Amino acid sequence: MADQAVNPARTASSMRWLIVLKDIWARPSGAIGLSIVTFHILLAVLSPLITPYDYREIDAFNILSGPSAAHWFGTDDLGRDIFSRMMLGGREALIVTGIATPIAVLWGGFVGILFGLIGGRIDEFLMRIVDAFLSLPWILKMLVLIVTFGSGNAVLIPTLAFFYGIPVIRIARAATHDVVARDFVSAAKARGHPRFSIISRELLPNVMDTLMVEGAMRWSWMLLAFSSLSFLGFGVSPPTPDWGLMIKETRAYLTFAPWGALGPVILLSSLIIGINLTADGLAKALGIDRAQKAPV
Amino acid sequence: MLRLLARRLALGVLTVILVSVIIFAGVEVLPGDACTAYLERDAEGPILEACQERLGLDRPAYIRYFEWIGAAVSGDLGMSVGGNQSVAELVGDRLANSLILAAAAIVTGVPLAIFLGAVTGLWRDRPIDLVVSTTAIFAMTVPEFVTATVLILIFSVWLGLLPGIVLTPPDAPVAEFFPEILLPVIVLAMVMTAHILRMVRSSVISVMSGEYVQMAVLKGVPYWQIVFRHAIPNALLPAINVVALTIAWLLGGVVVIEVVFNYPGLGRMMVDSIADQDLPTVQAIALIVATVYVGVNLAADILTMFANPRLRTQLMR
Repeated sequence: MADQAVNPARTASSMRWLIVLKDIWARPSGAIGLSIVTFHILLAVLSPLITPYDYREIDAFNILSGPSAAHWFGTDDLGRDIFSRMMLGGREALIVTGIATPIAVLWGGFVGILFGLIGGRIDEFLMRIVDAFLSLPWILKMLVLIVTFGSGNAVLIPTLAFFYGIPVIRIARAATHDVVARDFVSAAKARGHPRFSIISRELLPNVMDTLMVEGAMRWSWMLLAFSSLSFLGFGVSPPTPDWGLMIKETRAYLTFAPWGALGPVILLSSLIIGINLTADGLAKALGIDRAQKAPV
Repeated sequence: MLRLLARRLALGVLTVILVSVIIFAGVEVLPGDACTAYLERDAEGPILEACQERLGLDRPAYIRYFEWIGAAVSGDLGMSVGGNQSVAELVGDRLANSLILAAAAIVTGVPLAIFLGAVTGLWRDRPIDLVVSTTAIFAMTVPEFVTATVLILIFSVWLGLLPGIVLTPPDAPVAEFFPEILLPVIVLAMVMTAHILRMVRSSVISVMSGEYVQMAVLKGVPYWQIVFRHAIPNALLPAINVVALTIAWLLGGVVVIEVVFNYPGLGRMMVDSIADQDLPTVQAIALIVATVYVGVNLAADILTMFANPRLRTQLMR
């Protein structure tokens, strides 16, 4: 009770995010997006409790069987229940990207704001280094590290967080440039506030909205990268179920048992589309124009 | 104007130099070198040292960097680790194949994207816009390997119309890639079209609400003349950069599509050489792809400069 009275700013900001959430929900596309994302998070949390079979359970007499009452989505080449595996297949992806995305936005955002505040020639030169990093295909950068250090989550999380933080630097820096010329920042500088307090009290609150939208988009791109890595055989290692990996495995017998691909395809696509719709809704609710965005 | 051009060119060159430093330093920092990859388990003691001496790996890094970059500028990309073949030779065919794939996707994708972008922008929020825009969202968000798998399922497994996998060797002439190349081109063109059409759409919408378009309407200029003479040329200007970014992405990021369809391009070679820890090849491919990326973006910036009426008149003066 006492805490709330002392800290009105915190209540105000959490109220604000509630309003933003309502705003997203008010648009049909945002409501669809939010529902899909909520569904996937619930599925990831609850799936270990509700799957009909163990994901490792091998049924040697039921290899590549079609959909039936016992196995709703059939079985794979080892006779494992595809329905159970596809329910569990998003967990690794959500855990890894769920940890890596906030780290990427935090470090990229902080460095970007710092560059924007420094400005001048140093900033120009540092941005060239950022450009140089961005001109290398993501898959090359990631694969080199994964092949060298192995593909466990202990490697994947920092690698994703590092490389997906670099484009955030660009966004945060551009947003900071818009704010840094304004009077209240000049006033804070003139008052002799230390750099850290200018960042945390003047710049961060004004760049926050942009960073939130950027974070939502980064999340979907990171998921795309993660599942692509699994598909290429460099991400999740068997027997852990993962949608990207499952699609890769079904490709070997796509001609005579195509039903195995169906579930992972629908679930993976729906999750990424759901995040994108939510991110678009978030951008609209916060009044940030994301239309002029290209890939990479 | 010329100063602007020169500045932009210099920045492009600086970026490429920085990329080459990053690539070289990255490979230096990572454990292992050409010798440990080549010798595998024998890589220890005198054998390793002899190998490193033979390849000159015992010399300081900055000397090797200048040697590498100097040779690369003159087209010599070094030797690959495994087969003792020159990297330039290995990469050549693959690069050509990737360029063919990209060119086919650009030739189909860009006009289609401009057409659909204009249509959806002019008929905003009508049924045609909703259908096309929703399809575009699907095409750009769903991972390429998912789109590819679904298309293989439909067109080659169920309908039997198109081959789902490329079996032509890398050094075959262009004609032999037909019709195997069709599905990869369709997937690439789909993703590309989606990105560019979104940009063209929003650009058409903003141009059509501009003052000079309203002015033309008030003057009684026929609608289609406004669209074709005033709106679309101006709407395409900001789209140039997105086209460039998409093309750059296309050249570097088609890795997944090439792997899915077993297409013998640069992307698949990149994955293979990373998996084999063939560092000279990895470095060469990285340098090529990054240079193309910077080059395409540079070209787009210069094109935008020339297409921008304000800057053009400045130049003419």
